[in-house]
Amino acid sequence: MSTQISEATVRTSIVVDAPIEKTFSVFTEGIGTWWSPDHHILQSELAEMVFEPRVGGHVYDRGVDGSECRWARVLAYDPPNGFVISWDINLQWQLESDSARTSEVEVRFVAEEPNRTRVELEHRNLDRHGEGWEQMRDAVGSPDGWAVGLQHFADRVRA
Amino acid sequence: MGALGDATRRAIFELLAEGPRPVGEIAKELPVTRPAVSQHLKVLKEAGLVIDHQSGTRRLYQLNPEGVGALRAYFDRFWNQALVSFKHAVEEQNEEER
Repeated sequence: MSTQISEATVRTSIVVDAPIEKTFSVFTEGIGTWWSPDHHILQSELAEMVFEPRVGGHVYDRGVDGSECRWARVLAYDPPNGFVISWDINLQWQLESDSARTSEVEVRFVAEEPNRTRVELEHRNLDRHGEGWEQMRDAVGSPDGWAVGLQHFADRVRA
Repeated sequence: MGALGDATRRAIFELLAEGPRPVGEIAKELPVTRPAVSQHLKVLKEAGLVIDHQSGTRRLYQLNPEGVGALRAYFDRFWNQALVSFKHAVEEQNEEER
């Protein structure tokens, strides 16, 4: 895994032992099988995650009570080569309805071998979220925040 | 970019993404000496990514809430961990099908 950080953009990549089609489908329609169960801003308990496979669709979480949280818009969709989604979550950890204040995540898939795929991820326009990072950090740094969820998940992956 | 091009500095940065810490605490969590941590913190401060302040008898270091440096650090950590769990899941599911 390698990471490169430049102005307002985070880039990272990873190589997985799976064919490109499989890699793309698990990343998108199978997002609920790997996304941390703690990384949700839904109030209710999570029932499922849905990645609508088309431009104009959404990525959303559905709660057991039927509530939905549409936290990303699908801006580009080109299976199995890649997709772009918006990141419609603001620094107060709430849905951002003003698209001018949202960032973007592009994921590209490159077949290195029949059973090996490189996944390149770019999260860009982070500056559009504006000031207020501290609040986000405090939110995610709290005992029930994302930081703990991430640690929990990393521990499970390592176990 | 230079400030975060070093693996140890990135590790320090990611630790600080969890909350403010004094030098000694950072050195305890990483396989580097306290003077080395201080040196790395100096570089991070000069790059505007980290700030420090006095809290009682301790000097605490934290990510700079101004600008996007800290936000980048947060998402850097977030996506790296997400991709590791993704790799685990996709390889497991691929294996099941073979």
